[in-house]
Amino acid sequence: MEKFTQHTGVGVPLRRSNVDTDQIIPAVYLKRVTRTGFEDALFAAWRGDPSFVLNQDAYRNGSVLVAGPDFGTGSSREHAVWALKDYGFKVVISARFADIFRGNSGKQGLLAAQVAQEDVELIWKILETNPGTEITVDLAARTVQCDDVVVPFQVDDYTRWRLMEGLDDIGLTLQHVDEIEAFEQRREPWRPKTLPAKHLPPVEIKAARPVEVAIGRRPA
Amino acid sequence: MAGTLAEKVWDAHVVRRGTDGAPDLLYIDLHLVHEVTSPQAFEGLRLAGRQVRRPDLTLATEDHNTPTLDIDRPIADATSRTQIETLRRNAAEFGVRIHSLGDADQGIVHQVGPQLGLTQPGLTVVCGDSHTSTHGAFGALAFGIGTSEVEHVLATQTLPLAPFKTMAITVNGRLPEGATSKDIILAVIAKIGTGGGQGYVLEYRGEAIRALSMEARMTICNMSIEAGARAGMIAPDETTFEYLKGRPHAPEGADWDAAVEYWRTLRSDDDAVFDAEVVLDAGDLEPFVTWGTNPGQGLPLSGSVPVPEQIADPTERVAAERAIEYMGLTPGQPLREIKVDTVFIGSCTNGRIEDLRSVAKVVRGRKKADDVRVLVVPSSARVRLQAEAEGLDKIFLEFGAEWRNAGCSMCLGMNPDQLAPGERSASTSNRNFEGRQGKGGRTHLVSPLVAAATAIRGTLSSYADLGTGRPAPDGSPLTDADRGLQTV
Repeated sequence: MEKFTQHTGVGVPLRRSNVDTDQIIPAVYLKRVTRTGFEDALFAAWRGDPSFVLNQDAYRNGSVLVAGPDFGTGSSREHAVWALKDYGFKVVISARFADIFRGNSGKQGLLAAQVAQEDVELIWKILETNPGTEITVDLAARTVQCDDVVVPFQVDDYTRWRLMEGLDDIGLTLQHVDEIEAFEQRREPWRPKTLPAKHLPPVEIKAARPVEVAIGRRPA
Repeated sequence: MAGTLAEKVWDAHVVRRGTDGAPDLLYIDLHLVHEVTSPQAFEGLRLAGRQVRRPDLTLATEDHNTPTLDIDRPIADATSRTQIETLRRNAAEFGVRIHSLGDADQGIVHQVGPQLGLTQPGLTVVCGDSHTSTHGAFGALAFGIGTSEVEHVLATQTLPLAPFKTMAITVNGRLPEGATSKDIILAVIAKIGTGGGQGYVLEYRGEAIRALSMEARMTICNMSIEAGARAGMIAPDETTFEYLKGRPHAPEGADWDAAVEYWRTLRSDDDAVFDAEVVLDAGDLEPFVTWGTNPGQGLPLSGSVPVPEQIADPTERVAAERAIEYMGLTPGQPLREIKVDTVFIGSCTNGRIEDLRSVAKVVRGRKKADDVRVLVVPSSARVRLQAEAEGLDKIFLEFGAEWRNAGCSMCLGMNPDQLAPGERSASTSNRNFEGRQGKGGRTHLVSPLVAAATAIRGTLSSYADLGTGRPAPDGSPLTDADRGLQTV
């Protein structure tokens, strides 16, 4: 994972609250098995509208998303983070993030920077008055600077440390494999295991078939 | 020292305490896997040359992408087929147990764990799916994770995590006739908001919760995520032990006795201090429906679509305007006047045998409204078999509903079961976001009883709207069991 200390890029004002993961990336895109190539999925339903912010030339190549509160609610789909990253975003700013989304962002090196709503409003004003204005996000100092406005943001110490060092979680954990083994020795024997498999006797499952729908609705 | 149920389960799983703000390393007892969030995780393992550390604590099934018709034929959609084949290949390569489409133990992942007796009190359970919170109904600490975390658990059987805060949700009193556990959770979400539970694990307590069956408790824990919470939990009790006894992976003999003795300790101490508390009276509740585009935009069915001008908070007002427009509703319109064209009964929220029984009780001997399409999708192949053994399928077919194979189906628009643009559903699922059930689809979240009554009348309806209080021509009244309450 690349180290992240500071990023400067065009700010994109997304004046919507409660942006849920179905809006960030509709479920249909979750069918892919690859890790990359999700840039077209980002806000797919909204991008069909020519007036949507990402369809404006000034914001099209933005890399700092400034959104309304409660960003990323809904599903655990990490694809939401991949879509933002593949499009080119390095930072998302919001007054409040859904927990799972915040966790997923941290894993992937997309900085979820929590900024007070009144500060978000200031930034939106600047971005809308002068489209194309850049924002500088300083992870070391925990500040967001947009034109002459400098405001603080919140990020937990551990995520900040990991992003600044460019460290991957699995490698960090495997440094403690003896403690994992020691824990496993202590687990109670009656805790369940999936193998060897136990289940009720197998039974043939009959397939349901499409029905003729007599009332003129779409067939099944 | 630890006082609450969540804290006790957490402390029992700490492999290594985090210091200086670092997270704890938590051991994971059960890792459930499905086809959508695992491909890149297995790919990551492969690239790093790693194995699955504990295949014997891992279980996979196919649910999101799977069709619910013609399941013995190749999956039509190419990308769905690829995802399912990828999971099968990964399971074979890494030695992970899998129950594939056509297997009697296949189903929605959050039904498969409980029905096999794998979900037990005091476990940590994770899955790459936000509704993993369902398993909290057993007193397990169960939560959804992203694909990177799926990879982490596969590789290490642990997760680095910061402890959640705790919120006690006490529901006193008794549910009135026609109201169900689904209405409890919809009311909770409307009360605390879709962000209200953020950072918290919600513990549900109180006599109304104790009175619920395991399946009804699963409905509540399932939708905890929609209140922004990471997890929901209900302390185990005799109801829980009764459900588990004899299930394939439940402990037996001396192990059973040892387990139950431990499980009995899994409750919040009387003097436990929670970070937040909410209290509701179940007696105040009535059938609840969502009118908007997030699960918090809900109201009693007796209410009306909000009038935005009357909403004080500007962010809420704008959100309501947008939702009302997307949903094609009129401010002030009585909710009972909303006409639907589709009724979906199913999902990890309400697709279990008790849900199907309560629907069958209402629709037996009746016909559905002419211009409504009704889909009944059991949450697992075993639930389907049980429903057929009880003759419920015949009741649904007589009613005019479609009877499908198990899967996530119309809950989310990832498989062929979808709404067309502009179509409106009454759905027993858990999310009503824009486009959730299909692009341009309009979703109203309801309980199984409301879904059944709606399918009969064609507009959003409660069981009481059917008239006499006797739900079927054979005269048998709706019982507590039909609403998920224990028969004491």
